[in-house]
Amino acid sequence: MTAALDAITVVFVLAGCFFFLAGNVGLLRFPDTLTRLHALTKADNLGLGLVVIGLMPRMDHPLSALKLLLVWALGMLAAATVGQLIARSVLRRGLPIWKGPQ
Amino acid sequence: MTAFPLLDPALCFVILTTAVLAVAIRTVFAAVVSFIVFGLLMAIAWVRLGAVDVALTEAAIGAGLTGVLLLSTVARIAKHRADRGDDVPILEGPEPDPAPTDPLPGLATQSLAIVLSAAVAAALVAAVALLPVPAPGLVAEVGSRLSETGVESPVTAVLLAYRGYDTLLEIVVLLFALLGVWSLTADARWGGQPGLRHLARPDGVMAYLGRLLPPIGLLVGVYLFWIGGYRPGGAFQAGTVLAAVWLLAVMAGLVPIPKVSGIRLRLALVIGPAVFLAIGLAGYPLHGAFLGYPPAIAKVLIILIEAGLTISIATILGLLVAGAPEERPS
Repeated sequence: MTAALDAITVVFVLAGCFFFLAGNVGLLRFPDTLTRLHALTKADNLGLGLVVIGLMPRMDHPLSALKLLLVWALGMLAAATVGQLIARSVLRRGLPIWKGPQ
Repeated sequence: MTAFPLLDPALCFVILTTAVLAVAIRTVFAAVVSFIVFGLLMAIAWVRLGAVDVALTEAAIGAGLTGVLLLSTVARIAKHRADRGDDVPILEGPEPDPAPTDPLPGLATQSLAIVLSAAVAAALVAAVALLPVPAPGLVAEVGSRLSETGVESPVTAVLLAYRGYDTLLEIVVLLFALLGVWSLTADARWGGQPGLRHLARPDGVMAYLGRLLPPIGLLVGVYLFWIGGYRPGGAFQAGTVLAAVWLLAVMAGLVPIPKVSGIRLRLALVIGPAVFLAIGLAGYPLHGAFLGYPPAIAKVLIILIEAGLTISIATILGLLVAGAPEERPS
């Protein structure tokens, strides 16, 4: 039982780390603000979610596991909202937008 | 022992790097961002040291609130420069070179500065190296007498019972900081609304967040205040969360920010220090000393003080971010 839970934790946290890494690579490599936002918010949603799922079997109490889920929900809400606000400000200021490879 | 032996050294390294960046980087905006990252990393460091209370406060106040204050300062400077017609945007370029300064000090002065700096550094290293092991402390004594205070969290006991005097003075300092901000108000605008601008569209995502988050934020704030009696949490962390929720609703354009002359606002500002002082003075007749709590009702008194402090801290922090009054009183 413990070994199975450990395996779940390792697999999910590693998968979450992969999405965080991919998000950071996207942040550094993508050509404009909108594509970088895309990379970052996906990393937040998926990466954080997978890490949360991986950590939930570690909690002593089911309520603590629910708190972790709440952290994920709030993180997604914040990422989605901030993504919208930044994207809107990009459009309003007329900052350069990537139109595909020239 | 950690499963990742490199975690702590790596944490130390990035903390030092962000600290140096915050001071040395030439773009003001980047320096502020480095400072915020530094604050968040410090919060992780406090967790690694087992000081969850300090970590919560560092994340909420050191990174969160101070970060917001610094960012709004940067935005204000940028607006000021744009109004004046400077062509150096503060957000993108390095600072313009200052006017020609005095020539570099002479070799003797420079050498003296190096020697003095090295001496101070050596003294600090010596002071840390000479600390006795184990470090002297009152941990055991606090632990053995915790039950007398009625609270179960040793941090809350130290903050409100053993060192209540410090906490009382801290909240008064916070109030003075707000008075300092208010003293920057132009005479004609005194008594008006603070200059927190809200540009949110009524059907926009910000207004949506401003409706969705406050109930959750209020719950978290009250939870942090109540849990302070048993586990990490307390008035400062709760006050910060409540202030953030309030500011969110204000910035979403859902509630007006009150005039600084409002009586209810003034009451909210002073209720914390007032309750604290009143209970402190009641300590003379009840327990023979200022801030002395009779053990039978110690817990009730501490919770009362914490409740008052939470309200005042939330109001003070929110108004600190809102800034000096800018709208004329109507």
